[in-house]
Amino acid sequence: MTTIKRAKGFWLSISLSLIFFAVVQVLIGGGSLNPFYQNTLMFIGINIILAASLHLIIGITGQFSIGHAGFLAVGAYASAVMTMKLEMPFYAALIVGGLASALAGLIIGIPSLRLKGDYLAIATLGFGEIVRIMLLNIDYVGGASGMQVSHLTTWPWVFASVIITIIVIRNFTSSTHGRACISIREDETAADSMGINTTYYKVVAFAIGAFFAGIAGGLYAHNFYIIQPSNFGFLKSFDILILVVLGGLGSLSGAVLAAILLTVVTTFLQDYPETRMIIYSLVLIVMMLYRPQGLMGTKEITSMFKRKGGSSHEKNKNTAA
Amino acid sequence: MELIQQLINGVSLGSIYALIALGYTMVYGIVKLINFAHGDVFMVGSFVGFYSITVLDLSFIPALLISMTVCALFGVLIERIAYKPLRNATRIAALITAIGVSLLIEYGFIYVRGAQPEAYPNDVLPTEKFDILGVSINSQSVLIFGVAVVLMIILQIIVHKSKIGKAMRAVSFDADAAKLMGINVNNTISATFAIGSALAGAAGVIFGIYYIKIEPLMGVLPGLKAFVAAVLGGIGIIPGAMVGGLLLGVIEALVSAAGYSLWRDAVAFVVLILILIFMPQGLFGKNKKEKV
Repeated sequence: MTTIKRAKGFWLSISLSLIFFAVVQVLIGGGSLNPFYQNTLMFIGINIILAASLHLIIGITGQFSIGHAGFLAVGAYASAVMTMKLEMPFYAALIVGGLASALAGLIIGIPSLRLKGDYLAIATLGFGEIVRIMLLNIDYVGGASGMQVSHLTTWPWVFASVIITIIVIRNFTSSTHGRACISIREDETAADSMGINTTYYKVVAFAIGAFFAGIAGGLYAHNFYIIQPSNFGFLKSFDILILVVLGGLGSLSGAVLAAILLTVVTTFLQDYPETRMIIYSLVLIVMMLYRPQGLMGTKEITSMFKRKGGSSHEKNKNTAA
Repeated sequence: MELIQQLINGVSLGSIYALIALGYTMVYGIVKLINFAHGDVFMVGSFVGFYSITVLDLSFIPALLISMTVCALFGVLIERIAYKPLRNATRIAALITAIGVSLLIEYGFIYVRGAQPEAYPNDVLPTEKFDILGVSINSQSVLIFGVAVVLMIILQIIVHKSKIGKAMRAVSFDADAAKLMGINVNNTISATFAIGSALAGAAGVIFGIYYIKIEPLMGVLPGLKAFVAAVLGGIGIIPGAMVGGLLLGVIEALVSAAGYSLWRDAVAFVVLILILIFMPQGLFGKNKKEKV
């Protein structure tokens, strides 16, 4: 019974999003969406992927990582090298970008397993900086002046990547593996003593999160005409972090909503970068002081509908118990 | 000779790192919080020093003292407003708040005065060059090192001989027990922030005089490197922060001397990751088992 219901919800949301996709596609084709709005849509999509991928690392597995710009940079540069230097097609470049980033996730994930909390945060921050400085010093990718990239990112690519990211992360979270990750977030020592291979799951979460950040990097790189190492400093990491924190640590739909909301805010504040950063930092501080669980807490949008429905399986379970 | 020259530069830079690292390590020792805003206190100190010298027309020592006082007050203010309400919150919440405070100071400062850099006046300290055995030593670097050493000695005296130092050590050992013994934990924590921030302010003035150029985002990288220095020496241990700072400065100077000056900033983080993996307790720390 529950699987049918879940499947129904799944197909419902898939068809809704396909309708949304078609509407936007028609609007773009008909020329009613000017490039400014198109660009905003692309940004929203890229930020959703980034927020969802960081959500898997911080919100689900509880590994406080603030080096996400490093993964983004690896993906961006790897995919740009594929299209611009090796002349591969765009989809191959995206996948290579994701894989390169996942490899970086493995490399940083394995040693950082010995670290917890603050130390992990600072180590990942250091990792992001190391990536940036390495890119600065590699002449093959243009050093500080950056690399020319042709504009290949289009609305269907962004949309498809967003949907795949959300489906994969959603299914991973509700699978056995996801539950293992959640148990690590709640209490690592207890999870370990219950026989969960914490090392394995932390590395897996890092690798999957990095993979999608790499995909986002590929889209990001091909949305501009030039990429530079200075685009991927730790301010970028903080930008991604605030999406997850505002949405709620542990809520995928929260991360998605925050990505949409903050991208729109950012777009309107484009001419006032200082004001934007002041607002961001105030949001972080006020959020932590008054609502540390974020806008959504660990709830998902779907669970809100279930409660209203009255005959959801959760309620049945409660009466049975 | 070139090598010795570089080593002297490294020690000057390292003493700046050491002064900032002391603040990190003291705060971490007492409230277990990485105070990301500490690098920005350093920046504010540098600007206060700059304005005291140019606008108020003061000489080096008064400017240093004003900067230290302003930074001490600023540090206490940050602690009272942002960190105190979060004392029993999760570590992640405290860390995110610290990141937020850091960004707020940086961009608030840019909002108020603009992002343009300033040039420190270079007639504050004598700039003579001594030649000792073929190595020319700038009198500034000697004075800078001297000021740093004096401040560190004063800190050691405060921590080990004074009443507030005793309270600080008690609170960092066990805050609850200290409270039961009649120690005012809140005031002790504020005092720790004040002392740490004053040292960062002094480091800011020294940095300005030595490197001439200052700007609102200058605190970020030295702040992170000072944290690396604190971890290198063993976080929470005061002598560790001093040695870690000096060591990091020397390592950076050696990397520059070897011709890899573009990789200088990356080296600090490589050192951090290596230390965290192979020696997480730092050079001076004792290995502690985690309690369940």
